[in-house]
Amino acid sequence: MTDAVTVREANPAFFGQLLWSLRYFYSIIILLVFWETVTRLEWVDPFLLPSLSSIFVRGFEEVQSGAIFAHLSQTVYRTVASLLYASVIGVAIGASMRIFPIMRWFWEPVVSALFPIPKIAFMPIFILWFGVFDASKIIMTVFASVVPIISATYLGAKNIDQHLFWSARSMGTPNRSMVTKIVVPAALPSIFSGIQIATPLCLIVSVVTEMMTGGRGLGSYMIFATRFGESDKVFFGIFVTAAFGILLIESMRQLRKFLLPWHAETIRGGE
Amino acid sequence: MAATRFLFFYSPLLLVVAAWQLGSSTGFINPSLIPAPMSVFNGVYTMMSDPSIWDHLGSSLYRQMTGLLLACFVGISIGVAMAHYTIAQIIFEPLVRLIYPLPKSALIPLLILWFGIGHASKIAAVFLGCLLPIVISAYNGTRGVDKHLLWSARSMGTSGVATLWKVYFMGALPEILSGLRIALAMSYTLLISSEFLISRKGMGYLILNLGEIGDYSGMFGTILIISLIGFFADRLFVAWMDYVLRWKGKGE
Repeated sequence: MTDAVTVREANPAFFGQLLWSLRYFYSIIILLVFWETVTRLEWVDPFLLPSLSSIFVRGFEEVQSGAIFAHLSQTVYRTVASLLYASVIGVAIGASMRIFPIMRWFWEPVVSALFPIPKIAFMPIFILWFGVFDASKIIMTVFASVVPIISATYLGAKNIDQHLFWSARSMGTPNRSMVTKIVVPAALPSIFSGIQIATPLCLIVSVVTEMMTGGRGLGSYMIFATRFGESDKVFFGIFVTAAFGILLIESMRQLRKFLLPWHAETIRGGE
Repeated sequence: MAATRFLFFYSPLLLVVAAWQLGSSTGFINPSLIPAPMSVFNGVYTMMSDPSIWDHLGSSLYRQMTGLLLACFVGISIGVAMAHYTIAQIIFEPLVRLIYPLPKSALIPLLILWFGIGHASKIAAVFLGCLLPIVISAYNGTRGVDKHLLWSARSMGTSGVATLWKVYFMGALPEILSGLRIALAMSYTLLISSEFLISRKGMGYLILNLGEIGDYSGMFGTILIISLIGFFADRLFVAWMDYVLRWKGKGE
């Protein structure tokens, strides 16, 4: 098929289809163009809303000097570490609640009480106990994000088909390896949903802890920029944080597909 | 009966508090790092008799309620419109997808620049934090409404605007309410975060301030108060949700 034929055949419908397939970009493009126009024409105070181009120029400087990476790496490290700790602790507690009645008796009310309370309010306590460095920030973030993982693990484990346990037992699986052999694999879809709920919480809380205690990290980068009135830096910090958030949440989704290739949802999504 | 069950369910927490008190009275727990429960309760009691707490509590609740209600109106409108009108979906869906992974707390510095250190920046933070869960739940709920309900309403002569309210909104209500429950929990988190960062009033300010002057039982007491508020707000909301959705029957 030559180019000419393609163009002639598709011409009437082609542009309509092209416009339609791009429909999800329009509002973003319009918003960005509007932003740049309004700021270029100086209809708004550049202190309140710096132009997009000046934010990018500032961002380029920050990347070139490497200043932003010192902050970004700290945030990435703390968020990912907290998510890992929260996953391990949450799965351990949630799975053992399924096996041991005493764990269920103790943790069920604790989880139900912790779920709705604003856990960030405990940050001053953690600062009092663990100082203003990594320890208090990571412990705070784990504390805030572990609850959905516990309850998702427990719910997933509670709904496991009883036959799995019976078959495992009849084939001689000892009680102590039930957690690793049956509960965690069978509850993995639910566990992963819990971790995916915890991921945005982790991001929110780790940014706030950085804002509160200073040191390095995107949160403290932004709050210092606010104090010095450098609004282009504030916006650049928001963009970098958003990019990290998109990357983290998307990689959790990919990890889910990779770990759960047998799950109905992955199979449906793949087709 | 319900109260007995409630106490029985939460008895492990009471045991933890009792063990904590025992540890403090016997000198096992350092009171300068972890004040004893009795002194925390004492701190709450003295604060309650001091009128300034009501000022802090009042302005915190005012910020939280205003932000949440605004997010409710705007969020439900956007969500239902996105499900109902293609043009609204084309406009809002990319923005929702783009903003969703951004931790909303990262916007607090910007909100401070824009709205200053008073009520407005906290209301805006609560509003932005609560908006997306409500939009998404209203959108999913409205899209999931059974088409048969729509057809029966139309065949019985319900007008276009009335279907929006009577069929879409009511049909999406279970999902909207569960989104609102998430938003309610989120609202306290953003409220306290933004009050921690900069403010001259509010529970977050009070917690930091009491910590700075070394009144740790007061600080623990204030954290206890705001935690209890969050907890009972959730319980009340769930009770109200069950009442509103009583037509649905006990599903789960």
